[in-house]
Amino acid sequence: MSTENKSEYLVEVRHLKEYFPVRTGFLKTIPLKAVDDVSFAIRPGETLGLVGESGCGKTTVGRTLMHLYKPTGGEIYFEGKQVTEKNIGEFRKDMQMVFQDPYSSLDPRMTVEDIIGEPLDVHKLYSSKEERREKVMELMSLVGLNAEHATRYVHEFSGGQRQRIGIARALAVNPKFIVCDEPVSALDVSIQAQVINMFEELQEKLGVAYLFIAHDLLVVHHISDRIAVMYLGRMVEMADADELNENPIHPYTLSLLSAVPVPDPRTAKASQRIILEGDVPSPLNMPSGCAFRTRCRYATEKCAQECPALTDRGNGHMVACWNR
Amino acid sequence: MSEINMPKKNLLSMQIDPAKFEPASEDEKRQADVMSESTSFFRDGMRKLMKNPLAVGSIIALVLIILLILIAPKIVPYGYEEIIKVAGSKDKTITNLAPFAWSEKEQALIASGTKLFPHIMGTDSLGRDYFIRVIYGTRVSLTVGLFASILVLIIGVLYGSISGYRGGRTDMIMMRIVDIIYSLPDVLIIILLSVVLNQTLNKSNPIVKLLGTNMVAIFIVFGLLYWVGMARLVRGEVLKIKNNEYFLAAKATGASSWHIIKTHVIPNCISVIIITTALQIPSSIFTESFLSFMGMGVQAPMPSLGSLANNARAGLQSYPWQLIFPAMMIVIIVLAFNLLGDGLRDAFDPKLRR
Repeated sequence: MSTENKSEYLVEVRHLKEYFPVRTGFLKTIPLKAVDDVSFAIRPGETLGLVGESGCGKTTVGRTLMHLYKPTGGEIYFEGKQVTEKNIGEFRKDMQMVFQDPYSSLDPRMTVEDIIGEPLDVHKLYSSKEERREKVMELMSLVGLNAEHATRYVHEFSGGQRQRIGIARALAVNPKFIVCDEPVSALDVSIQAQVINMFEELQEKLGVAYLFIAHDLLVVHHISDRIAVMYLGRMVEMADADELNENPIHPYTLSLLSAVPVPDPRTAKASQRIILEGDVPSPLNMPSGCAFRTRCRYATEKCAQECPALTDRGNGHMVACWNR
Repeated sequence: MSEINMPKKNLLSMQIDPAKFEPASEDEKRQADVMSESTSFFRDGMRKLMKNPLAVGSIIALVLIILLILIAPKIVPYGYEEIIKVAGSKDKTITNLAPFAWSEKEQALIASGTKLFPHIMGTDSLGRDYFIRVIYGTRVSLTVGLFASILVLIIGVLYGSISGYRGGRTDMIMMRIVDIIYSLPDVLIIILLSVVLNQTLNKSNPIVKLLGTNMVAIFIVFGLLYWVGMARLVRGEVLKIKNNEYFLAAKATGASSWHIIKTHVIPNCISVIIITTALQIPSSIFTESFLSFMGMGVQAPMPSLGSLANNARAGLQSYPWQLIFPAMMIVIIVLAFNLLGDGLRDAFDPKLRR
């Protein structure tokens, strides 16, 4: 797959930083480090899951990757070419996004046909009205919507159906890569399963790669090839999905995994829950060194002085921790 | 698309026995197919508007008034500036007639068999037909209200949407300018402007001739000062739309700013724009009437509802109808537009829906 000038990765993110200025007083601003030095890479047709608790910067990673926010620092490569503010237009056709809230991500004044057809309009991917209609119908059947829904407005649909519309819109331009920003967290559990299975089917059919952002470890483990764990804007662990599940190393990942509900009460009783003490520190006032040290049971003095880098512990299992 | 797997029956749950159900007949199935017609936002709003009796009443009242001011000058044989002459000669008794009254000479003419058009609202102190003056006054007031509102609409929407869309520093500077304009006293500026314009404007310019310098001053003041409310509302609406994910989604597809403004921003704040414009018209009419009443509006002999009311002040005790008719007209127009604006808000405001 890899040629000399083309990397094996579809998307590569190196040292991505996104700081938001926050006003703390008159004429005084300090940076909020929403994403701090995050690097990862995704192969064609692969799914990378991104987990972490609320406010840890998952969504910001996705949006910065799509250049919806201007990155403060770092580089993004798509098929070996660097994506910048200026040439982002060339990549819009290959990178798409599915949004978290199916209620606000669809324009209430547009019909389903116009919503799904909008990317086609923007990139002028049809020559006649019939062709546009045909393409929209094709996309609708691909995500399991009825053709007669085309002329309806989104307020007539349920959450799951709306998310399907959002997915069809992302698929309209035939992208190679889709950022899925918590696409199922607003749906109820039975619908979640349907939508996730649809994501998998679409990947098999179309060969798209996903960056799958979620806070539900079970969902992420089900769909992902690899999983990355974020805490307070930094990546703390990244490994193959099964490897991470069976052999977590970072203390934060350990506590996350122990919090996953187990359907069998006997196993649940036997397994020990690791309860973290304290709250997530404010990202405006981050602890020195490792961001997790204030809640970590393994923390030592070294953790306060220096921030650990992601290091390979074999088989591509990357961990950022001094003590484990 | 996906098969529904029936879960195994749980003995402890209150699951319903499927055997008690019977399949739906073809006829019943077809009933489920019939869904309500998909309605666009605009049609839905209009339907709701038509259900509001106050709004429909004001629409009817406004249509009647507009028809009246269009047709009446064609039917009534008197001009708004014409001092009525009876049989070609002046008539001293024709001033300040009561509604439907005749002067002495007119009575003599009618007695001799000539048919005359009645003075529906009487005549004024110079012997001009009052009905046609009120009609022309309404014309002037409505036109000023309408055009001033359109001016406010254009400037306010452009300014507000640019400010909201660009955001950041641009937004801050533009909004501080709005704050400054908000604090300027409007009546003072109209007086100052009409004094200045009276001396500087080229009076032979046809537009100036038609409107008079006071009117030009009023329009300039509307264009300068009154758009700020609209600009603030539109900016707020645009900021709200920018926070929706569909705005980001359009950006992520690579749509241009113009495409986003055209397909997402404007259609989503159109209801606010319609409502504000509908409520701006009566306030413009009111301002114009007020200024004319103060003697700063249209130039005589052109009447406006405000200047008619002002002229009627002198003979208020003897001829009260000269005040009542223009005042009634103002009340009806302003009330109708306000009720219509309220109706539009109820029908189109997404926050009040369902």
